[in-house]
Amino acid sequence: MTTAALALEHRSPVRTLGWAIPALVILVALPWVADQYQTILLAYGLIMGIAALGFNLLLGYTGLLSFGHSAYFGVGAYSVALMVKYLDVTSMELFLAGAVVACVLVTAVFGFACVRYTRIFFGILTMALSQVLWSLAFKFFWVTGGTDGLRVPTPTLLGVLTGAGDKIEFLATAYYYYVLAIFAVCVAVMWVIVNSPFGRALQAIRDNEVRAAFVGIQIRKYRWVAFLVSGVFTGLAGALWVPLNGLTTPDIMHWTFSGEIVFMTVLGGFRSFTGPVIGAIVFNYLKTYAVGYTVYWQLLLGVVLVILVVSLPTGIVGTFERLWTRWRSR
Amino acid sequence: MDILVIHLLNALLYASVLFLIAGGLSLIYGVMRIINLAHGNLYAFGAYVSAWAVGRATMLSGGDAPGGPSAPSTALLLLVLPAGALAAAGVGAVLEPTLLRRFYRRAEEYQLLVTFGLLMIIDDVIRFIWGPYPLSASALFENFGSVAIGEAIYPTYNFLVIAVGGLAAVFLWAFIYKTRFGVVLRATSQDMRMSAALGVNVNRVYVQAFTLGCLMAGLGGAIIVPSQSAVLGMGVDALILSFIVVVVGGLGSLEGALLGALIVGVVREAGIAWFPEIELAVLYLIAALVLLLRPAGLFGRP
Repeated sequence: MTTAALALEHRSPVRTLGWAIPALVILVALPWVADQYQTILLAYGLIMGIAALGFNLLLGYTGLLSFGHSAYFGVGAYSVALMVKYLDVTSMELFLAGAVVACVLVTAVFGFACVRYTRIFFGILTMALSQVLWSLAFKFFWVTGGTDGLRVPTPTLLGVLTGAGDKIEFLATAYYYYVLAIFAVCVAVMWVIVNSPFGRALQAIRDNEVRAAFVGIQIRKYRWVAFLVSGVFTGLAGALWVPLNGLTTPDIMHWTFSGEIVFMTVLGGFRSFTGPVIGAIVFNYLKTYAVGYTVYWQLLLGVVLVILVVSLPTGIVGTFERLWTRWRSR
Repeated sequence: MDILVIHLLNALLYASVLFLIAGGLSLIYGVMRIINLAHGNLYAFGAYVSAWAVGRATMLSGGDAPGGPSAPSTALLLLVLPAGALAAAGVGAVLEPTLLRRFYRRAEEYQLLVTFGLLMIIDDVIRFIWGPYPLSASALFENFGSVAIGEAIYPTYNFLVIAVGGLAAVFLWAFIYKTRFGVVLRATSQDMRMSAALGVNVNRVYVQAFTLGCLMAGLGGAIIVPSQSAVLGMGVDALILSFIVVVVGGLGSLEGALLGALIVGVVREAGIAWFPEIELAVLYLIAALVLLLRPAGLFGRP
């Protein structure tokens, strides 16, 4: 690993706002330009962006590769579905609150077990634990609906907006902006986290565990908190995803879905802050069109992934930054 | 009592196949320190190739009706059955030098990702060649008939699977502990640089070890396919089960893979019989518990 690749360099808030505000303006303006289908597709992308952003706090900033983040996405989604089934809740805010509470509980326990290990064992342990949840969702069909999953109707946003009329219209406007607002908040919060002393400490642990311990960082505790934050972000994404999809099935708990989260993060570039978000949005388009184009979409994505890790390991953002620096230094 | 014997035999049946798959995974990890996520798909590939070969042989020998006047001879079918193992080994022999070799020095996330990509690719290659429908090789299974165990009857073919699993374990043990190649293999797995310095052609050992690992996975698929059809998704399921096996037994240890396969086989059979809802969850929890209490597994080197 080169030092250049390791540098998640500090960005000043002013410079960050320099790209964040135009990006936000584009995202806000988009529903006026693009049709409903494109808007909903982008909403999916933004949601996966939140999931990948959370995931990357562990991979990019703490140096832990989780192969079980589908579990937290699934916990978010299933806690919403179960709130609908058993408590007749329709308020989106309650859904999000419930999902966050459920995710905190689950990630606190899972994280406590997982952060005792690093490297490959961390990956396998997170995967094994996520598969426990998957098999429960799969087998306890009288609670979770088994492979049929659970249906989730359109929720009530902010206590007033409902999807009573045209559901597609609702998802492409009100719900899109709702997702966008939460996405913006999540990005901002994550930016603050990774640039806080806590975020710096995580990067120190990633780069040199022994030195980090010597300067007094409680490594396991920091990793545990990072795990918790990471899982809650991903769970929040799951909660936002399920009303959009209208249905939750055990597939989103399966470890191959964790693989997709890793895929999108590396596609965008896990050595940069924006990489996972861009990777998630691009992956979402890639997968949607690949699935629509051919039944062999897995083959297509697999080839993309292999080419990516062989020749572009820094992902879209990393490659772009490298080209940009080369162009500027001319 | 009879039912207990049958449960025990089923557990051994699972364990035999699991040992072959997980043993291959563990061998590859032991030598190259790489977790091959596509390993389960090589098992599936082996199963499909064998099912296809048995199907062809049945057709060519003129009889589709098992037990009919021109039913294919068991000997012929047994002869073509290992085709899957050889095919999987062939895929391994190509993949290791062309693709995986460049990843040994890179971070684990890239190793996992490239094999995850391979998993997706092989999955769809299988779908492309054989279509989305299950492929069976039941002619062989039916040729073997069944035996009576007390009141119950049990398929004779399953004994063959158990025997192959047991024999594979013995052969591997002899291969790794009693032959020159085994010495080289163990030396490379303990210290790659030192063995290279002592004149071992490490690249050759790597491709041999990888091929052997894939051969085992393919053999697992080949011997199980007459009793259970080859279906899409069997690879991913097998991979997760063999993960549990190697985690329980210890990554990189063949003894561990054997013990882990036996434990998983018994727990799975007991689970199917007595606690079907949480059978899988119990297996994953066992793996998680072993990781917590003995992270290197029961037989692993810490």
